[in-house]
Amino acid sequence: MSTRLFELMLWAAGKTVLLSAISIAIGLAIGLLVCAAKLSPKKLLSIPATVYVSLFRGVPLLVQLLLIYNLLPALGILVPSEVAAIAGLALCTAAYQAENLRGGFNSVPRGLIEAADMVGMSPWQQLRRIRAPIAFRLTLPALVNEMILILKASSLISVVGVIELTRMAQNLSASTFRPLLFYSVAGGIYLAICWLVAGGGSLAERLMRTGSSR
Amino acid sequence: MTRPAVRIRDVHKSFGSTEVLKGIELSVPKGSTTCLLGPSGSGKSTLLRCIAFLEETSSGIIEIDGDPLGFAEAGEGRRTRLSASDIRRVRAKIGMVFQQFNLWPHMTALGNVTEALVTVQGMKRSAANEIGNRQLARVGLSDRGHHYPSELSGGQQQRVAIARALALSPDILLFDEPTASLDPELTGEVLNVMRELAETGMTLVIVTHEIGFAASVGQKIAFLDHGKLLLDGPPAEIFGTPRHPRLEQFLETYLDRGAATLV
Repeated sequence: MSTRLFELMLWAAGKTVLLSAISIAIGLAIGLLVCAAKLSPKKLLSIPATVYVSLFRGVPLLVQLLLIYNLLPALGILVPSEVAAIAGLALCTAAYQAENLRGGFNSVPRGLIEAADMVGMSPWQQLRRIRAPIAFRLTLPALVNEMILILKASSLISVVGVIELTRMAQNLSASTFRPLLFYSVAGGIYLAICWLVAGGGSLAERLMRTGSSR
Repeated sequence: MTRPAVRIRDVHKSFGSTEVLKGIELSVPKGSTTCLLGPSGSGKSTLLRCIAFLEETSSGIIEIDGDPLGFAEAGEGRRTRLSASDIRRVRAKIGMVFQQFNLWPHMTALGNVTEALVTVQGMKRSAANEIGNRQLARVGLSDRGHHYPSELSGGQQQRVAIARALALSPDILLFDEPTASLDPELTGEVLNVMRELAETGMTLVIVTHEIGFAASVGQKIAFLDHGKLLLDGPPAEIFGTPRHPRLEQFLETYLDRGAATLV
């Protein structure tokens, strides 16, 4: 493989990482809101959140991406295909992240909240100082898992015309007639990125177990 | 006569169709140590949790230093629920030590002790640390401030929990079976701290199975059985012969296990 072709592969890998990272960050923000709504005692909030989660978990991501890609122009909204791709990935991962977060919040031992009650913390102070930090620690392994899943699932966004790692490998193998080489390189790059994310996750977990919290 | 620290008036509590407290009347004098004893399921922990308003009573009134906590009388036997800020204001007079310690695992010992000083009272970090270190020293843990709960023994964790409660200078300290989750060799260090607190004249209400401790440190013993307050008086009177048959039976269970030696 020439340097030029390898550079193209790396550029595409960068795009995969960038689009995935943006999607995961937006998905986390939406996931937090959906989680809060789902935990709410108000049915007006919890029912739509439940519907959201079951919709976005129940429909294949590929179908979601194609729907969003075709729905936006039908509504007269013209956006770059990257935006449609991010929207699709973010809305999907938000549903999973909301459920992970909900599990985390529900796993905070009741006694720890009672202790916060007894020292006079308001519900908001409890959320900020006790519940959210503990829930986040409990959720971290699932979050890393989700990051890896989205990184790999981002290969699907090639169907909406975004040139990322998988699509680049496809293009280059078509023009060079060397599919084995380019798909192997693509696979290797995915593996390396996921390995880095997993390593970062373990490091963060270790730091949180022993490190400072303030 | 001064107002009691805690006054419990005709308190009932049901979980579903099971009534666990059946009309409890009890007052805890200021500056005294009151021990709640009774067999498992007698309702003593529930009563303590009602005093802290961690459980809501089904009927009756609980007053902390004259102020109703949770519910106030509204005439004709009815009661109204007080606002969350009223509850926090009255509850600020109470500290609580739990059976499971309930230390926040993501904060150091010092962080646990100073958290409310900073977050709730808005104290400066340096001033809070000063108080925190003083309270940790008081429970014999001045060298453990920067350890996380997971790095401490059960007895140390419970002493941190006591320091956390003391840091807010409560008038009343409630203990819910504070040594029940500890290995036998670790109960002594916690009981010693509690004994010292009792000697300072703080108002303590202790649910415990340590009968020897209750008999020697308690100024008042309340013996609960099946949700009723069966006996209420000074230890000499309660433990002196002749004893109530239910208490006799309860003590035998414990003495059989060699758990306590009576004074």
